Amino acid sequence: MSAAVRWVPFKTIVIKEINRILRIWGQTLVPPAITMTLYFLIFGQLIGSRIGEMGGHRYMDFIVPGLVMMSVIQNAYGNVVSSFFGSKFGRYVEELLVSPTPNWIILAGYVCGGVLRGCMVGGIVLIVSLLFTDLSIAHPLVMIASVILAAVLFSLAGFVNAVYAKKFDDISIIPTFILTPLTYLGGVFYSVSLLPEFWRNVSLANPILYTVNAFRYGVLGESDVPVGVAFAIMLAAILVLGAYCLRLLDKGVGLRA
Amino acid sequence: MHALDVINLKKTYGTRVEALKGISLTVEEGDFFALLGPNGAGKSTLIGIAASLVRPSSGDVKVFGKSVVSERSAAVSHIGLVPQEFNFNQFEKPFEILVNQAGYYGVPRDLAKNRAEQYLKQLSLWDKKDVASRTLSGGMKRRLMIARAMMHAPKLLILDEPTAGVDIEIRRSMWTYLKDINRAGTTVILTTHYLEEAESLCRNIAIIDHGMIVKNTTVKALLGTLDRETFVFDLAQPLAQAPDLPDCIVHRVDDTTIEVDVPRGTELNGLFAILSAAGIGVRSMRNKANRLEELFVRLLEKPRDAA
Repeated sequence: MSAAVRWVPFKTIVIKEINRILRIWGQTLVPPAITMTLYFLIFGQLIGSRIGEMGGHRYMDFIVPGLVMMSVIQNAYGNVVSSFFGSKFGRYVEELLVSPTPNWIILAGYVCGGVLRGCMVGGIVLIVSLLFTDLSIAHPLVMIASVILAAVLFSLAGFVNAVYAKKFDDISIIPTFILTPLTYLGGVFYSVSLLPEFWRNVSLANPILYTVNAFRYGVLGESDVPVGVAFAIMLAAILVLGAYCLRLLDKGVGLRA
Repeated sequence: MHALDVINLKKTYGTRVEALKGISLTVEEGDFFALLGPNGAGKSTLIGIAASLVRPSSGDVKVFGKSVVSERSAAVSHIGLVPQEFNFNQFEKPFEILVNQAGYYGVPRDLAKNRAEQYLKQLSLWDKKDVASRTLSGGMKRRLMIARAMMHAPKLLILDEPTAGVDIEIRRSMWTYLKDINRAGTTVILTTHYLEEAESLCRNIAIIDHGMIVKNTTVKALLGTLDRETFVFDLAQPLAQAPDLPDCIVHRVDDTTIEVDVPRGTELNGLFAILSAAGIGVRSMRNKANRLEELFVRLLEKPRDAA
């Protein structure tokens, strides 16, 4: 396949993913907006007014970046894991597997779908947040870059989950028992500087901490970890996971007999 | 050039199940080829390897000279696959399914849309282009999979039991369509359980059983090996017992029907003369279907008997 021809299958997968997101908008776009509105109301407005400041900012302002990033991560992951596993379960992944589309294009297409859904939901949540606070963006490029990198990273993680999943239970176990706890412990609602030293150090092993703080730095100009380190860790994790996904596809794990 | 070269192909699932035991096979370009065999014979495994869905344990499959193992992308780009089971997204619309499939093969979107319209019209699905594909009938779904397989204009079309479960009318219309595709230059390989289908469509045939090729020849040559033929006579009057006919085995089916098993090449005029002399009138006569079926059963029985 020439470079020009390769673009066609990539574009096809991305269009298919966008159509899927929009076809089931009631499942993909609306629920995160409602959930995050409740978070803003309960944690930001009602409880937040009693908490006071966090990291030198109003509590509501502090949690907005965390909740936006949480939406991006969960939706990027959820999109890839459900879409790719669905195609395996319904066997229509074979449409791709029998075609000459290279594995890296398949991966890039699904990851792009995850990134788009993450960004769509992140954008919706950001717009909802404007009902509760006046945000000024401190570093727009850092903000955009951190959203994209986090979405790519967790799209790849969703892809690994989908490849290994054999039944629908398998695609909900990781989000429920790993992703959600890591998100809550990743500094979405608090600054890790409040934690005792031991737990602060344990938190540094949580990749979500870096994504949330990189994004918070982009929005508020404030971060618990050095932003350069956060970006380096996200990039390294993307390279490792990306290589692992390609290896799974090349070996045909869960896909080819 | 050969459309398909299967070279000493072996496939073992796990450590025990030998689905293919080193088969070799050649399909010429432009051929209409039948792959027959009972359930579990290895047909779908062979097709799966050709389409790169299954990895061979050893050996190779070449599609128009390109190895599925070492030149996968070039090899599979020549193949259009119609699998046995429905494997499209049931929530997508037929038009979307076709355009997407073409996209996976690098066909630009505008051209894909034109082709989708062409094939949906040819296969009488145009009025269903925008419905969720799960609402299509079984026959429509089968036709949709044929249209999907044609979207990148493959040189080799492989169909794994394409007419399973469809009614006779649709089956016949699919046969006509497949004949047209073959006449236009596409090589067609077909697996089927309907032996009548293979007999009326295919020029060459391979019979596969227990992962081995039992027979690989032309349909004509295979049918030529039959040494007897069976005719069914519908009689003018009821008959109490089967008449004696020289060199023939006569079986009375019911009061007005007999089956006559005659040596191949026997002149039938003599039979009519004997029946006429015995006062037995014949209203109509037909060749008993299915000749290929008899051979199929006989060929599969041989190795089992030997075992």
